[in-house]
Amino acid sequence: MALFDVSGYKSHAGLRGQILGTGVGHLVDRPNQEFAVPVGVDPSGFLKSCSREGAVSIDLNHGTTTLAFKFRHGVIVAVDSRASAGSYIASKEANKVIEINPYLLGTMSGSAADCQYWERLLAKECRLYKLRNKQRISVSAASKLLCNMMLGYRGMGLSMGSMIVGWDNKGPGLYYVDDNATRLSGRMFSTGCGSSYAYGVMDSGYREDMTVEEAYELGRRGITHATHRDAYSGGVVNLYHMQEDGWIKVCKEDVSELIHRYRKGMF
Amino acid sequence: MSLYDRAITVFSPDGHLFQVEYAQEAVKKGSTAVGIRGKDIVVLGVEKKSVAKLQEERTVRKICTLDDHVCMAFAGLTADARIVINRARVECQSHRLTVEDPVTVEYITRHIATLKQRYTQSNGRRPFGISALIVGFDCDGTPRLYQTDPSGTYHAWKANAIGRSAKTVREFLEKNYTDEAIATDNESIKLAIKALLEVVQSGGKNIELAVIRRNQPLKLLESKEIETLVTEIEKEKEDEAEKKKQKKST
Repeated sequence: MALFDVSGYKSHAGLRGQILGTGVGHLVDRPNQEFAVPVGVDPSGFLKSCSREGAVSIDLNHGTTTLAFKFRHGVIVAVDSRASAGSYIASKEANKVIEINPYLLGTMSGSAADCQYWERLLAKECRLYKLRNKQRISVSAASKLLCNMMLGYRGMGLSMGSMIVGWDNKGPGLYYVDDNATRLSGRMFSTGCGSSYAYGVMDSGYREDMTVEEAYELGRRGITHATHRDAYSGGVVNLYHMQEDGWIKVCKEDVSELIHRYRKGMF
Repeated sequence: MSLYDRAITVFSPDGHLFQVEYAQEAVKKGSTAVGIRGKDIVVLGVEKKSVAKLQEERTVRKICTLDDHVCMAFAGLTADARIVINRARVECQSHRLTVEDPVTVEYITRHIATLKQRYTQSNGRRPFGISALIVGFDCDGTPRLYQTDPSGTYHAWKANAIGRSAKTVREFLEKNYTDEAIATDNESIKLAIKALLEVVQSGGKNIELAVIRRNQPLKLLESKEIETLVTEIEKEKEDEAEKKKQKKST
Protein backbone atom coordinates (compact mmCIF):
# COMPACT_ATOMS: atom_id res chain seq x y z
CA MET A 1 0.00 0.00 0.00
CA ALA A 2 1.22 3.47 -0.91
CA LEU A 3 1.77 5.19 2.44
CA PHE A 4 3.09 2.04 3.94
CA ASP A 5 5.86 1.75 1.37
CA VAL A 6 6.65 5.46 1.51
CA SER A 7 7.02 5.44 5.26
CA GLY A 8 9.46 2.52 5.12
CA TYR A 9 7.80 0.37 7.79
CA LYS A 10 7.67 -2.75 5.65
CA SER A 11 8.70 -5.41 8.11
CA HIS A 12 7.03 -4.17 11.26
CA ALA A 13 4.07 -6.52 11.46
CA GLY A 14 2.52 -4.88 14.51
CA LEU A 15 2.56 -1.42 13.01
CA ARG A 16 1.07 -2.77 9.81
CA GLY A 17 -1.80 -4.25 11.75
CA GLN A 18 -2.25 -0.98 13.62
CA ILE A 19 -2.41 1.20 10.55
CA LEU A 20 -4.12 -1.09 8.06
CA GLY A 21 -6.46 -2.54 10.63
CA THR A 22 -7.56 -6.15 10.78
CA GLY A 23 -10.62 -5.78 8.61
CA VAL A 24 -9.17 -4.20 5.48
CA GLY A 25 -7.13 -6.97 3.96
CA HIS A 26 -9.72 -9.71 4.16
CA LEU A 27 -10.72 -9.39 0.52
CA VAL A 28 -7.30 -9.30 -1.07
CA ASP A 29 -4.08 -9.92 0.84
CA ARG A 30 -2.31 -13.22 0.69
CA PRO A 31 -0.42 -12.44 3.92
CA ASN A 32 -3.70 -12.05 5.85
CA GLN A 33 -4.57 -15.74 5.94
CA GLU A 34 -7.13 -17.65 7.95
CA PHE A 35 -4.46 -20.15 8.96
CA ALA A 36 -0.84 -19.21 9.44
CA VAL A 37 1.20 -21.93 7.77
CA PRO A 38 4.74 -22.12 9.14
CA VAL A 39 7.58 -21.73 6.66
CA GLY A 40 9.00 -25.03 5.43
CA VAL A 41 5.83 -27.08 6.02
CA ASP A 42 4.58 -28.73 2.83
CA PRO A 43 0.97 -29.86 3.26
CA SER A 44 0.55 -31.28 -0.24
CA GLY A 45 3.74 -33.39 0.08
CA PHE A 46 2.46 -34.75 3.36
CA LEU A 47 -0.90 -35.58 1.81
CA LYS A 48 0.76 -37.42 -1.05
CA SER A 49 2.59 -39.64 1.39
CA CYS A 50 -0.74 -40.55 3.00
CA SER A 51 -2.46 -41.66 -0.17
CA ARG A 52 -2.29 -45.06 -1.84
CA GLU A 53 1.16 -44.33 -3.35
CA GLY A 54 2.74 -43.86 0.09
CA ALA A 55 3.06 -46.31 2.96
CA VAL A 56 -0.05 -45.30 4.87
CA SER A 57 -3.42 -45.24 3.15
CA ILE A 58 -5.69 -42.45 4.26
CA ASP A 59 -8.16 -41.55 1.54
CA LEU A 60 -9.87 -38.27 2.17
CA ASN A 61 -13.59 -37.94 1.51
CA HIS A 62 -13.89 -37.51 -2.25
CA GLY A 63 -16.30 -38.61 -4.92
CA THR A 64 -19.53 -36.89 -5.79
CA THR A 65 -21.72 -35.82 -8.62
CA THR A 66 -23.10 -32.31 -8.65
CA LEU A 67 -24.57 -30.40 -11.55
CA ALA A 68 -26.10 -27.03 -12.29
CA PHE A 69 -27.43 -25.38 -15.43
CA LYS A 70 -29.09 -22.11 -16.41
CA PHE A 71 -32.26 -22.11 -18.51
CA ARG A 72 -35.05 -19.70 -19.34
CA HIS A 73 -36.67 -19.85 -15.91
CA GLY A 74 -33.60 -19.67 -13.69
CA VAL A 75 -30.95 -22.14 -12.55
CA ILE A 76 -31.34 -25.81 -11.59
CA VAL A 77 -28.96 -27.30 -9.02
CA ALA A 78 -28.86 -31.06 -8.39
CA VAL A 79 -26.45 -33.01 -6.16
CA ASP A 80 -26.09 -36.56 -4.87
CA SER A 81 -25.62 -37.35 -1.19
CA ARG A 82 -22.95 -40.04 -0.82
CA ALA A 83 -19.85 -39.30 1.27
CA SER A 84 -17.13 -41.91 0.69
CA ALA A 85 -13.73 -42.48 2.26
CA GLY A 86 -11.97 -44.77 -0.20
CA SER A 87 -14.30 -47.72 -0.62
CA TYR A 88 -16.15 -47.06 2.63
CA ILE A 89 -19.45 -45.19 2.39
CA ALA A 90 -19.29 -42.75 5.25
CA SER A 91 -22.76 -41.30 4.78
CA LYS A 92 -25.69 -41.82 2.43
CA GLU A 93 -27.34 -38.54 3.34
CA ALA A 94 -24.56 -35.99 3.25
CA ASN A 95 -25.67 -32.44 2.56
CA LYS A 96 -23.71 -31.14 -0.38
CA VAL A 97 -25.53 -27.86 -0.89
CA ILE A 98 -24.90 -24.96 1.45
CA GLU A 99 -27.73 -22.43 1.64
CA ILE A 100 -25.74 -19.21 2.03
CA ASN A 101 -28.76 -16.89 1.95
CA PRO A 102 -32.20 -17.01 0.29
CA TYR A 103 -30.57 -15.89 -3.00
CA LEU A 104 -27.26 -17.81 -2.92
CA LEU A 105 -26.40 -21.50 -2.97
CA GLY A 106 -23.04 -23.28 -2.96
CA THR A 107 -22.44 -26.91 -3.97
CA MET A 108 -19.64 -29.07 -2.64
CA SER A 109 -17.48 -31.73 -4.24
CA GLY A 110 -14.02 -32.99 -3.42
CA SER A 111 -12.86 -33.11 0.16
CA ALA A 112 -15.94 -32.79 2.37
CA ALA A 113 -13.99 -31.09 5.15
CA ASP A 114 -12.50 -28.46 2.85
CA CYS A 115 -15.82 -27.74 1.18
CA GLN A 116 -17.76 -27.42 4.39
CA TYR A 117 -15.20 -25.19 6.06
CA TRP A 118 -14.49 -22.79 3.23
CA GLU A 119 -18.08 -22.45 2.09
CA ARG A 120 -19.26 -21.72 5.62
CA LEU A 121 -16.51 -19.09 5.78
CA LEU A 122 -17.87 -17.72 2.51
CA ALA A 123 -21.33 -17.58 4.08
CA LYS A 124 -19.88 -15.55 6.96
CA GLU A 125 -18.24 -13.12 4.55
CA CYS A 126 -21.46 -12.76 2.55
CA ARG A 127 -23.35 -11.90 5.72
CA LEU A 128 -20.72 -9.35 6.76
CA TYR A 129 -20.87 -7.81 3.27
CA LYS A 130 -24.62 -7.37 3.62
CA LEU A 131 -24.28 -5.76 7.06
CA ARG A 132 -21.53 -3.40 5.94
CA ASN A 133 -22.96 -2.36 2.57
CA LYS A 134 -26.70 -2.68 3.20
CA GLN A 135 -27.19 -4.70 0.05
CA ARG A 136 -26.86 -8.38 -0.78
CA ILE A 137 -23.56 -9.49 -2.24
CA SER A 138 -23.56 -10.19 -5.98
CA VAL A 139 -22.94 -13.75 -7.24
CA SER A 140 -19.76 -12.65 -9.01
CA ALA A 141 -18.41 -11.07 -5.83
CA ALA A 142 -19.25 -14.12 -3.70
CA SER A 143 -17.54 -16.47 -6.13
CA LYS A 144 -14.56 -14.07 -6.28
CA LEU A 145 -14.24 -14.18 -2.49
CA LEU A 146 -14.18 -17.99 -2.50
CA CYS A 147 -11.70 -18.01 -5.38
CA ASN A 148 -9.36 -15.64 -3.50
CA MET A 149 -9.53 -17.83 -0.41
CA MET A 150 -8.44 -20.79 -2.55
CA LEU A 151 -5.67 -18.72 -4.12
CA GLY A 152 -4.17 -18.09 -0.70
CA TYR A 153 -3.64 -21.81 -0.17
CA ARG A 154 -2.82 -22.82 -3.72
CA GLY A 155 -0.52 -25.79 -3.91
CA MET A 156 -1.12 -26.77 -0.30
CA GLY A 157 -3.43 -29.71 -0.93
CA LEU A 158 -6.93 -28.27 -0.65
CA SER A 159 -9.52 -30.13 -2.68
CA MET A 160 -12.76 -28.38 -3.54
CA GLY A 161 -14.93 -28.11 -6.62
CA SER A 162 -17.87 -25.84 -6.05
CA MET A 163 -20.57 -24.07 -7.95
CA ILE A 164 -21.89 -20.76 -6.66
CA VAL A 165 -25.44 -20.21 -7.84
CA GLY A 166 -27.55 -17.15 -7.24
CA TRP A 167 -29.80 -14.43 -8.53
CA ASP A 168 -28.76 -10.78 -8.21
CA ASN A 169 -29.54 -7.59 -10.10
CA LYS A 170 -27.49 -8.82 -13.07
CA GLY A 171 -29.85 -11.79 -13.37
CA PRO A 172 -29.22 -15.49 -12.68
CA GLY A 173 -25.57 -16.31 -11.88
CA LEU A 174 -23.64 -19.59 -12.09
CA TYR A 175 -19.92 -19.77 -11.29
CA TYR A 176 -17.60 -22.77 -10.97
CA VAL A 177 -14.81 -22.31 -8.41
CA ASP A 178 -12.19 -24.92 -7.58
CA ASP A 179 -9.16 -25.46 -5.35
CA ASN A 180 -6.76 -24.16 -8.03
CA ALA A 181 -8.64 -20.86 -7.78
CA THR A 182 -10.15 -21.41 -11.23
CA ARG A 183 -13.29 -19.33 -11.52
CA LEU A 184 -15.54 -19.71 -14.55
CA SER A 185 -18.92 -18.25 -15.37
CA GLY A 186 -21.07 -20.49 -17.54
CA ARG A 187 -24.46 -21.92 -18.42
CA MET A 188 -23.81 -25.53 -17.41
CA PHE A 189 -21.36 -27.23 -15.06
CA SER A 190 -20.93 -30.59 -13.42
CA THR A 191 -18.29 -31.54 -10.85
CA GLY A 192 -17.09 -34.65 -9.07
CA CYS A 193 -16.04 -38.06 -10.31
CA GLY A 194 -19.53 -38.73 -11.68
CA SER A 195 -19.50 -35.52 -13.69
CA SER A 196 -18.76 -37.14 -17.07
CA TYR A 197 -21.94 -39.22 -16.83
CA ALA A 198 -23.96 -36.18 -15.77
CA TYR A 199 -22.57 -34.10 -18.67
CA GLY A 200 -23.61 -36.81 -21.12
CA VAL A 201 -27.19 -36.80 -19.88
CA MET A 202 -27.41 -32.99 -19.61
CA ASP A 203 -25.87 -32.31 -23.01
CA SER A 204 -28.22 -34.69 -24.79
CA GLY A 205 -31.35 -33.47 -23.01
CA TYR A 206 -30.74 -29.71 -22.63
CA ARG A 207 -32.85 -27.09 -24.43
CA GLU A 208 -32.86 -23.39 -23.56
CA ASP A 209 -36.66 -23.22 -23.69
CA MET A 210 -37.39 -26.20 -21.45
CA THR A 211 -40.36 -25.94 -19.14
CA VAL A 212 -39.70 -25.94 -15.43
CA GLU A 213 -40.81 -29.57 -15.04
CA GLU A 214 -38.61 -30.68 -17.93
CA ALA A 215 -35.64 -28.94 -16.30
CA TYR A 216 -36.31 -30.66 -12.97
CA GLU A 217 -36.45 -33.99 -14.77
CA LEU A 218 -33.18 -33.30 -16.58
CA GLY A 219 -31.44 -32.49 -13.29
CA ARG A 220 -32.78 -35.61 -11.65
CA ARG A 221 -31.80 -37.81 -14.59
CA GLY A 222 -28.28 -36.39 -14.70
CA ILE A 223 -27.59 -37.28 -11.08
CA THR A 224 -29.41 -40.61 -11.20
CA HIS A 225 -27.52 -41.93 -14.22
CA ALA A 226 -24.24 -40.75 -12.72
CA THR A 227 -24.93 -42.53 -9.44
CA HIS A 228 -25.88 -45.66 -11.40
CA ARG A 229 -22.43 -45.89 -13.00
CA ASP A 230 -20.12 -44.10 -10.53
CA ALA A 231 -19.29 -46.06 -7.40
CA TYR A 232 -18.60 -42.96 -5.36
CA SER A 233 -21.98 -41.28 -5.97
CA GLY A 234 -25.32 -42.36 -4.61
CA GLY A 235 -27.91 -41.77 -1.93
CA VAL A 236 -30.58 -39.24 -2.78
CA VAL A 237 -30.92 -36.46 -5.35
CA ASN A 238 -31.27 -33.04 -3.72
CA LEU A 239 -32.79 -30.72 -6.31
CA TYR A 240 -32.95 -26.91 -6.01
CA HIS A 241 -34.39 -24.27 -8.34
CA MET A 242 -32.95 -20.74 -8.22
CA GLN A 243 -35.65 -18.24 -9.18
CA GLU A 244 -35.82 -14.47 -9.30
CA ASP A 245 -37.22 -14.22 -5.78
CA GLY A 246 -34.91 -16.83 -4.26
CA TRP A 247 -34.25 -20.56 -4.33
CA ILE A 248 -36.71 -23.35 -3.59
CA LYS A 249 -35.89 -26.94 -2.70
CA VAL A 250 -37.76 -29.01 -5.22
CA CYS A 251 -37.27 -32.56 -4.04
CA LYS A 252 -35.14 -35.15 -2.28
CA GLU A 253 -35.57 -38.52 -3.97
CA ASP A 254 -33.74 -41.81 -3.55
CA VAL A 255 -31.73 -42.73 -6.66
CA SER A 256 -32.49 -46.43 -6.37
CA GLU A 257 -36.17 -45.66 -6.95
CA LEU A 258 -35.46 -43.08 -9.65
CA ILE A 259 -33.23 -45.46 -11.63
CA HIS A 260 -36.05 -47.96 -11.87
CA ARG A 261 -38.30 -45.27 -13.33
CA TYR A 262 -35.74 -44.34 -15.95
CA ARG A 263 -34.50 -47.79 -16.87
CA LYS A 264 -37.81 -49.65 -17.19
CA GLY A 265 -36.60 -51.74 -20.10
CA MET A 266 -33.41 -52.93 -18.37
CA PHE A 267 -34.59 -54.83 -15.34
CA MET B 1 -5.59 22.31 28.26
CA SER B 2 -2.03 22.11 27.00
CA LEU B 3 -1.48 18.97 29.08
CA TYR B 4 -3.85 16.98 26.83
CA ASP B 5 -3.11 18.25 23.36
CA ARG B 6 0.30 16.74 22.57
CA ALA B 7 -0.58 13.11 21.99
CA ILE B 8 -3.39 12.04 19.69
CA THR B 9 -4.22 9.07 21.86
CA VAL B 10 -5.05 11.10 24.97
CA PHE B 11 -8.53 12.38 25.77
CA SER B 12 -8.94 15.61 27.69
CA PRO B 13 -11.04 15.51 30.89
CA ASP B 14 -14.00 17.04 29.08
CA GLY B 15 -13.89 14.51 26.27
CA HIS B 16 -12.00 16.33 23.51
CA LEU B 17 -9.32 14.93 21.24
CA PHE B 18 -7.38 18.12 20.80
CA GLN B 19 -5.17 16.91 17.96
CA VAL B 20 -8.27 16.16 15.91
CA GLU B 21 -9.68 19.60 16.64
CA TYR B 22 -6.39 21.25 15.69
CA ALA B 23 -6.51 19.27 12.45
CA GLN B 24 -9.93 20.77 11.82
CA GLU B 25 -8.38 24.21 12.33
CA ALA B 26 -5.83 23.35 9.64
CA VAL B 27 -8.75 22.56 7.34
CA LYS B 28 -10.28 25.96 8.04
CA LYS B 29 -7.11 27.58 6.70
CA GLY B 30 -7.39 25.85 3.33
CA SER B 31 -9.04 27.43 0.30
CA THR B 32 -12.79 27.03 -0.02
CA ALA B 33 -14.41 24.15 -1.82
CA VAL B 34 -18.12 23.78 -2.52
CA GLY B 35 -20.13 20.75 -3.63
CA ILE B 36 -23.68 20.69 -5.02
CA ARG B 37 -25.86 17.68 -5.73
CA GLY B 38 -28.26 18.37 -8.58
CA LYS B 39 -30.79 16.07 -10.19
CA ASP B 40 -28.65 14.71 -13.04
CA ILE B 41 -25.37 16.42 -12.24
CA VAL B 42 -22.97 16.90 -9.35
CA VAL B 43 -20.80 20.02 -9.20
CA LEU B 44 -17.54 20.71 -7.39
CA GLY B 45 -16.13 24.21 -7.20
CA VAL B 46 -12.89 25.35 -5.58
CA GLU B 47 -11.25 28.68 -4.93
CA LYS B 48 -8.05 28.84 -6.94
CA LYS B 49 -5.25 30.33 -4.92
CA SER B 50 -3.23 32.79 -6.96
CA VAL B 51 0.07 31.24 -8.04
CA ALA B 52 3.47 32.89 -8.12
CA LYS B 53 4.56 34.38 -11.43
CA LEU B 54 7.09 31.68 -12.26
CA GLN B 55 4.88 28.79 -11.09
CA GLU B 56 3.09 26.54 -13.59
CA GLU B 57 -0.59 26.71 -12.86
CA ARG B 58 -1.40 23.15 -13.86
CA THR B 59 0.44 21.48 -10.99
CA VAL B 60 -2.01 22.77 -8.41
CA ARG B 61 -5.15 20.65 -8.80
CA LYS B 62 -7.64 20.48 -5.96
CA ILE B 63 -10.27 18.42 -7.77
CA CYS B 64 -9.24 14.82 -8.47
CA THR B 65 -10.90 11.75 -9.94
CA LEU B 66 -10.97 8.65 -7.78
CA ASP B 67 -12.61 6.54 -10.52
CA ASP B 68 -14.64 7.17 -13.69
CA HIS B 69 -17.78 7.95 -11.73
CA VAL B 70 -16.43 9.42 -8.46
CA CYS B 71 -14.31 12.47 -7.76
CA MET B 72 -13.37 14.59 -4.78
CA ALA B 73 -12.24 18.05 -3.74
CA PHE B 74 -10.47 18.76 -0.47
CA ALA B 75 -9.58 21.61 1.87
CA GLY B 76 -6.51 21.56 4.09
CA LEU B 77 -2.99 20.16 3.78
CA THR B 78 -2.34 19.32 0.12
CA ALA B 79 0.34 16.75 0.95
CA ASP B 80 -2.01 14.80 3.23
CA ALA B 81 -4.66 14.92 0.52
CA ARG B 82 -2.30 13.34 -1.99
CA ILE B 83 -1.86 10.30 0.26
CA VAL B 84 -5.58 9.93 0.94
CA ILE B 85 -6.42 10.27 -2.75
CA ASN B 86 -3.85 7.65 -3.68
CA ARG B 87 -5.22 5.16 -1.13
CA ALA B 88 -8.76 5.85 -2.32
CA ARG B 89 -7.79 5.28 -5.97
CA VAL B 90 -6.17 1.95 -5.08
CA GLU B 91 -9.27 0.93 -3.13
CA CYS B 92 -11.56 1.80 -6.07
CA GLN B 93 -9.60 -0.53 -8.33
CA SER B 94 -9.25 -3.18 -5.65
CA HIS B 95 -13.04 -3.16 -5.24
CA ARG B 96 -13.50 -3.52 -9.02
CA LEU B 97 -11.15 -6.50 -8.94
CA THR B 98 -12.73 -8.42 -6.07
CA VAL B 99 -16.39 -7.49 -6.39
CA GLU B 100 -16.46 -6.98 -10.19
CA ASP B 101 -18.51 -3.83 -9.71
CA PRO B 102 -17.54 -0.14 -9.40
CA VAL B 103 -17.58 1.31 -5.88
CA THR B 104 -20.62 3.15 -4.63
CA VAL B 105 -19.90 6.71 -3.51
CA GLU B 106 -20.88 5.71 0.04
CA TYR B 107 -18.42 2.79 0.05
CA ILE B 108 -15.41 4.84 -0.95
CA THR B 109 -16.40 7.62 1.47
CA ARG B 110 -16.63 5.04 4.25
CA HIS B 111 -13.20 3.71 3.28
CA ILE B 112 -11.65 7.19 3.39
CA ALA B 113 -13.37 7.97 6.68
CA THR B 114 -12.21 4.67 8.23
CA LEU B 115 -8.66 5.45 7.07
CA LYS B 116 -8.83 8.88 8.71
CA GLN B 117 -10.23 7.42 11.93
CA ARG B 118 -7.40 4.90 12.16
CA TYR B 119 -4.94 7.76 12.24
CA THR B 120 -6.79 9.30 15.21
CA GLN B 121 -6.26 6.15 17.20
CA SER B 122 -2.68 5.05 16.65
CA ASN B 123 0.62 5.85 18.29
CA GLY B 124 3.01 8.27 16.75
CA ARG B 125 0.77 9.22 13.83
CA ARG B 126 -1.03 12.51 13.49
CA PRO B 127 -4.51 12.81 11.89
CA PHE B 128 -4.87 13.81 8.24
CA GLY B 129 -5.40 17.56 8.03
CA ILE B 130 -8.01 17.51 5.30
CA SER B 131 -11.75 17.51 4.83
CA ALA B 132 -13.01 16.03 1.61
CA LEU B 133 -16.11 16.50 -0.53
CA ILE B 134 -16.75 13.29 -2.46
CA VAL B 135 -19.24 13.35 -5.33
CA GLY B 136 -20.39 10.91 -7.92
CA PHE B 137 -23.12 8.65 -9.24
CA ASP B 138 -23.93 5.14 -8.04
CA CYS B 139 -24.60 2.26 -10.45
CA ASP B 140 -28.33 2.91 -10.25
CA GLY B 141 -27.85 6.51 -11.37
CA THR B 142 -28.44 8.28 -8.03
CA PRO B 143 -26.22 11.35 -7.54
CA ARG B 144 -24.40 11.54 -4.19
CA LEU B 145 -22.40 14.08 -2.22
CA TYR B 146 -20.54 13.18 0.98
CA GLN B 147 -18.26 15.14 3.27
CA THR B 148 -15.55 13.68 5.53
CA ASP B 149 -13.51 15.46 8.19
CA PRO B 150 -10.25 14.72 10.04
CA SER B 151 -12.01 12.87 12.85
CA GLY B 152 -13.22 10.20 10.44
CA THR B 153 -16.94 11.00 10.43
CA TYR B 154 -18.84 11.30 7.18
CA HIS B 155 -22.27 12.58 6.24
CA ALA B 156 -24.35 12.86 3.09
CA TRP B 157 -25.27 16.37 1.98
CA LYS B 158 -27.39 18.07 -0.65
CA ALA B 159 -24.86 20.90 -0.78
CA ASN B 160 -21.90 21.79 1.41
CA ALA B 161 -18.74 23.86 1.63
CA ILE B 162 -15.40 23.29 3.39
CA GLY B 163 -12.32 25.38 4.03
CA ARG B 164 -11.94 29.10 4.56
CA SER B 165 -15.26 30.93 4.98
CA ALA B 166 -17.16 27.67 4.72
CA LYS B 167 -19.73 29.01 7.14
CA THR B 168 -20.61 31.96 4.91
CA VAL B 169 -20.92 29.75 1.86
CA ARG B 170 -23.03 27.21 3.72
CA GLU B 171 -25.41 29.91 4.92
CA PHE B 172 -25.72 31.15 1.34
CA LEU B 173 -26.49 27.60 0.19
CA GLU B 174 -29.06 27.08 2.94
CA LYS B 175 -30.91 30.13 1.70
CA ASN B 176 -30.57 29.45 -2.00
CA TYR B 177 -30.60 25.67 -2.48
CA THR B 178 -34.14 25.12 -3.70
CA ASP B 179 -35.69 22.75 -6.20
CA GLU B 180 -35.82 25.55 -8.81
CA ALA B 181 -32.18 26.36 -8.18
CA ILE B 182 -31.12 22.84 -9.20
CA ALA B 183 -33.83 22.27 -11.79
CA THR B 184 -31.38 22.07 -14.70
CA ASP B 185 -27.68 21.24 -14.98
CA ASN B 186 -26.86 24.82 -15.89
CA GLU B 187 -28.71 26.19 -12.88
CA SER B 188 -26.81 23.84 -10.54
CA ILE B 189 -23.49 25.00 -11.99
CA LYS B 190 -24.54 28.64 -11.59
CA LEU B 191 -25.54 27.99 -7.97
CA ALA B 192 -22.04 26.66 -7.26
CA ILE B 193 -20.46 29.72 -8.88
CA LYS B 194 -22.75 32.07 -7.00
CA ALA B 195 -21.86 30.38 -3.73
CA LEU B 196 -18.13 30.72 -4.41
CA LEU B 197 -18.44 34.33 -5.56
CA GLU B 198 -19.62 35.16 -2.03
CA VAL B 199 -16.14 34.56 -0.67
CA VAL B 200 -13.75 34.64 -3.60
CA GLN B 201 -12.12 37.90 -4.56
CA SER B 202 -11.88 39.13 -8.15
CA GLY B 203 -14.53 36.88 -9.63
CA GLY B 204 -14.37 34.09 -12.20
CA LYS B 205 -10.59 34.05 -12.66
CA ASN B 206 -10.11 32.49 -9.22
CA ILE B 207 -12.72 29.74 -9.55
CA GLU B 208 -12.11 26.20 -10.75
CA LEU B 209 -15.19 24.12 -11.53
CA ALA B 210 -15.77 20.47 -12.33
CA VAL B 211 -18.93 18.54 -13.09
CA ILE B 212 -19.92 14.90 -13.40
CA ARG B 213 -23.02 14.06 -15.38
CA ARG B 214 -24.66 10.65 -15.14
CA ASN B 215 -22.62 8.01 -17.06
CA GLN B 216 -20.03 10.56 -18.08
CA PRO B 217 -16.54 11.13 -16.73
CA LEU B 218 -15.42 14.22 -14.83
CA LYS B 219 -15.32 17.40 -16.89
CA LEU B 220 -13.30 20.42 -15.82
CA LEU B 221 -14.86 23.62 -17.07
CA GLU B 222 -12.58 25.93 -19.04
CA SER B 223 -12.02 29.45 -17.78
CA LYS B 224 -13.89 30.81 -20.81
CA GLU B 225 -17.02 28.89 -19.87
CA ILE B 226 -16.73 30.05 -16.27
CA GLU B 227 -16.36 33.66 -17.42
CA THR B 228 -19.50 33.33 -19.55
CA LEU B 229 -21.47 31.97 -16.64
CA VAL B 230 -20.14 34.65 -14.28
CA THR B 231 -21.25 37.35 -16.74
CA GLU B 232 -24.69 35.72 -16.93
CA ILE B 233 -24.95 35.70 -13.16
CA GLU B 234 -23.92 39.34 -12.89
CA LYS B 235 -26.47 40.29 -15.52
CA GLU B 236 -29.18 38.42 -13.61
CA LYS B 237 -28.18 40.28 -10.45
CA GLU B 238 -28.43 43.61 -12.22
CA ASP B 239 -31.85 42.72 -13.61
CA GLU B 240 -33.01 41.78 -10.11
CA ALA B 241 -31.70 45.05 -8.71
CA GLU B 242 -33.45 46.99 -11.53
CA LYS B 243 -36.75 45.28 -10.81
CA LYS B 244 -36.47 46.11 -7.11
CA LYS B 245 -35.72 49.76 -7.91
CA GLN B 246 -38.72 49.99 -10.18
CA LYS B 247 -40.96 48.46 -7.53
CA LYS B 248 -39.76 50.98 -4.97
CA SER B 249 -40.31 53.96 -7.21
CA THR B 250 -43.87 52.98 -8.23
